[in-house]
Amino acid sequence: MDLRELYQTTILDHNKKPRNFRVPEDANHEGHGHNPLCGDDFTVHVTLEDGVVKDIGFQGTGCAISKASASLMTERVKGRTVAELDTMFEDFHELVTSDPLQEPDISGMGKLAVFAGVREYPMRVKCATLAWHTASAAVHGDSGVAKTE
Amino acid sequence: MSAAQTKLAPYDIARIRSDFPILAASMHGQPLAYLDSASSAQKPRAVTDAMTHLFENDYANVHRGVYQLSATSTRLYDEARQAAARLISAATDEVIFTRNTTEAINLVAASWGRRNLAPGDEVLLTEMEHHSNIVPWQLVCEERGARVVVAPVDDRGELILEEFEKLLGDRTRLVALAHVSNVLGTINPVRTVCDLAHARDALVLVDGAQAAPRLPVDVNALGCDFYAYSGHKLYGPNGVGVLWGRGEILDAMPPFLGGGGMIETVTFEKSTYAPVPDRFEAGTPDVGCAVGLRAAIDYVEALGLEEIARHEEALLEYGTALLEEIPGLHIIGKAQEKTGVLSFTVDGIHPHDIGTVLDREGVAIRVGHHCAQPLMDRFGVPATARASLGLYNDREDLDRLVSGIRSAIEIFA
Repeated sequence: MDLRELYQTTILDHNKKPRNFRVPEDANHEGHGHNPLCGDDFTVHVTLEDGVVKDIGFQGTGCAISKASASLMTERVKGRTVAELDTMFEDFHELVTSDPLQEPDISGMGKLAVFAGVREYPMRVKCATLAWHTASAAVHGDSGVAKTE
Repeated sequence: MSAAQTKLAPYDIARIRSDFPILAASMHGQPLAYLDSASSAQKPRAVTDAMTHLFENDYANVHRGVYQLSATSTRLYDEARQAAARLISAATDEVIFTRNTTEAINLVAASWGRRNLAPGDEVLLTEMEHHSNIVPWQLVCEERGARVVVAPVDDRGELILEEFEKLLGDRTRLVALAHVSNVLGTINPVRTVCDLAHARDALVLVDGAQAAPRLPVDVNALGCDFYAYSGHKLYGPNGVGVLWGRGEILDAMPPFLGGGGMIETVTFEKSTYAPVPDRFEAGTPDVGCAVGLRAAIDYVEALGLEEIARHEEALLEYGTALLEEIPGLHIIGKAQEKTGVLSFTVDGIHPHDIGTVLDREGVAIRVGHHCAQPLMDRFGVPATARASLGLYNDREDLDRLVSGIRSAIEIFA
């Protein structure tokens, strides 16, 4: 598999210019995600109102996969309910951990489909899912640090 | 004639590479360039052959049978201990087999530390220590009410001796430092550290995991009190490490683990313990790994540690020059005295992404914090990419490293 299938243009773009790379002023939930293996470290800030993600942003450092995933995640879940976020996380997790020999199920994934290439790189799955774990911890009010373990 | 007495001359890299079957493997359709020996080294056929030979011909439990096979196994185990001692110019009965360097350090922390550290005492480390030479000291210090004190390194990655000397106080009971840093490659001035420490009545433990495979080591010339190294970084098997300690210090230390093999007599009222080294080797020993380690030591001794050091030094010089030509690349660790470790960062590219691009080109390096998070903090980076040399690397491996880094820069430009 060509490296360009992992590092798709969209991923490179979001790595260089991450969207929602900020703390929303009225954020009322936050989660901290850390991957001890490689040092990826992000904080996700959420403005949650009546079970809806009104606004979301993130801060931190990490590899291209983790940063682009965080950026695209924020775009994806903004305006959605917590229940929708949970389903999206499940679908995303399934996408990046599915059998690389089968055609990926990208129906309804939108831009997140660019992460299908991660399936070929089991060492990088944690990078791709870190921001999702962190967002989930933020909206569910789990205390402590989200880990990818 | 033992392999140790057969010198190969000159350093025949093609022949040496052919001794390591894995180097012929291909990764993602590319030949393997293995540049991660500081993490774990590949094994020559001599090691796997020795272990297979043991299990197919000579294996039984050691020190426990009166029959021929047990006697043979015991002799091979004892010979392995002689080799492990010879490598660092130590006395055989002062060498203890452990699982690895980590366990060796934990043994000293738990046995010597619990017995000798009092509330308010200090253990002095350096900023460049591997987690395995930090955490065991934190654990025992916490238990004993003692303190871990840390000597800083400068921007080149060298221990700042003046600061070290200032931190060496009346309460310092032990100094623990790496002979060679796994991240920076820095060769620490162990002899000087030992002289300074001993003048203050502090003992010195040296983590030799990185040094033993690539430098001639003489524990008496270094002047240290404990020296630890691992089999797997020395081209040997994973399950064996070595702890050497001064006889009189080891003699006064209580057991680490209890069990079979480490006792003199056992009653339910009281047990008495075997002399060193048996006192510290509870349970059935890993004779297979010990035999593998012995074969690995014979192998590096046949090549010559000085020749290995020279080979890696020449490659380090070559690789350093190549990396310095790459715009945006920063080498971390520029000590005057260093071994074949090239840690670096590249502007705008996370080390993990560099590692993935290199992997696709068949180049294996380590990326991450290298079990040295405090050192990452010291240099203000979350992680680095690290290429490290072994006795089997050649210029082509480094050329391919550089070509892979350039590919990564192209992708992320």
